[in-house]
Amino acid sequence: MSTDAIALRIGTFLLAVALVAVAGSLQADPNWRQNGNSKAAESARSGGECVRENDWMRRNHMALMKHDRDATVVHGVRTIDGSLAECIACHANRDEQGHYVPVTASGEFCAGCHEYTGVALNCFQCHATVPSSNGTGGQVK
Amino acid sequence: MKTTQVKEERRDFLKKGAAAAAVAVAPGVVLHAMAEGEPRSEPVTDEVRWGMLIDASKCADGCDACVQACNEENGLTAYSKPEGASDEMWDRQRPKWIRTVKVKDNLTERVTTLPMLCQHCEHPPCCDVCPTGASFRRADGIVMVNRHTCIGCRYCMMACPYKARSFIHENVDIKPTLAPRGKGCVESCTFCVHRLDNGQTTTACQDACAKDGHQAIVFGDLRDPNSAVSRALTDYGTVEIRADLALNTGVRYHGV
Repeated sequence: MSTDAIALRIGTFLLAVALVAVAGSLQADPNWRQNGNSKAAESARSGGECVRENDWMRRNHMALMKHDRDATVVHGVRTIDGSLAECIACHANRDEQGHYVPVTASGEFCAGCHEYTGVALNCFQCHATVPSSNGTGGQVK
Repeated sequence: MKTTQVKEERRDFLKKGAAAAAVAVAPGVVLHAMAEGEPRSEPVTDEVRWGMLIDASKCADGCDACVQACNEENGLTAYSKPEGASDEMWDRQRPKWIRTVKVKDNLTERVTTLPMLCQHCEHPPCCDVCPTGASFRRADGIVMVNRHTCIGCRYCMMACPYKARSFIHENVDIKPTLAPRGKGCVESCTFCVHRLDNGQTTTACQDACAKDGHQAIVFGDLRDPNSAVSRALTDYGTVEIRADLALNTGVRYHGV
C-alpha cells in the first residue's frame, strides 16, 4: 500500500470521526426551545434567553419553581422570574386552529423531556397546562 | 416548621396589631401604601388586614349573584358531576366557597338570607388542627390552604364552625391559572387573593353584588380607619357569627 493511500485512509477516518462527533453533539444538545410556535420558540430562534441559561434551567428549573411557589402562596409575591404561569404562557404552542396545546401533551415542551427521562410531572394535577385568557376561571379559547 | 412559622407570625401580628391600633388614633396616618394596579413585589405584611362587611338586610331572597361570580372567578364551575352520583349528593359535595344561608328567627318569624363564606378568623381553628401546616393565615389576614402541603385529611373541614371549606373529590376539567386546584385538597374562599396581589382592591362577589344594585358587600382594609369597610363598621351595628368562639372574624354581618 502506498503512503498516499494510507494517508487518504487516515484522512477519511479522521473526517468520519469528526462528522460523528459533530452529529453527536448536535443530537445530545438540541435546543428544544426552538421547536414549535410558542413565544419561547420564537425568542430562542432569534437568540433570546430563558429566565436563566439553558443549561442551568435544564438542571434547576424545579428548584426555581419550588422556591417561588412559597414566595407566592405564603408571602403573596407575584413579581417573580420563576413563576409557573409565566413558563406556561411562554412555552405553550398553538395547533393549526390556534388553540393552545397543553404543555403536558406528548412531545410538547414539558412532556418532551419528562417522558424521555421517565420523571413524573406533578405540577399539572392542579396547575393549568395552557395559558388562560384572563388567568381566572374563564374558559380558554 | 410551618406551624411554628405561622404561630410566630401570629404573635408578631398581635404585637404589631396593638401598635397599629395605637397609630390609627392619630389622624391622617396612612397605614398602607400599595400602588394600585401593580403586582405585589414585596411580601405581605400585617399593615393591612383584609375584611368584609355583609349587610344581610340588603340581601335579596333568591339572589345568588355573589355565588355565581365566585364560581366563575375561581373556576368552581369546571367540574362535571361524577357518573352515577345523585343530584343531592352532588349538591352536598361539590365545592362551594360561598353558600347562601336562610335563617329564621322562630320567635318573630323574620327570615334573613345571607352569604356564608370563610370568615378569615384571626384565630382560625382550621390552622390549629392542620397536621401539615397547609392551612395558614397570611400576614394580611387571609386564611388560605397551601395545596402544596395539603394532604387532604379534612380535619380543617371538621374544625371550621362555618362549614366554609370544600374538598375536591373529583378530577378538575379546567384549571384556572390563578386558582389552581386538583383532586384531593381542601380549599375555601381566598378573598380573591390573586386580585389583591395584582393590585386590585375588590373581590368578585363584591363586584357582582354592586352590579346587581344590592351593595350588600363592603370589602377593604380593616386597619385603615378611612377605608369603606372600617367606616361602615363604625356606622353600623355588626355581629360576628359565633362570636362566642372569640375567633375575631374578618367577615362581619349587619342585619342578621
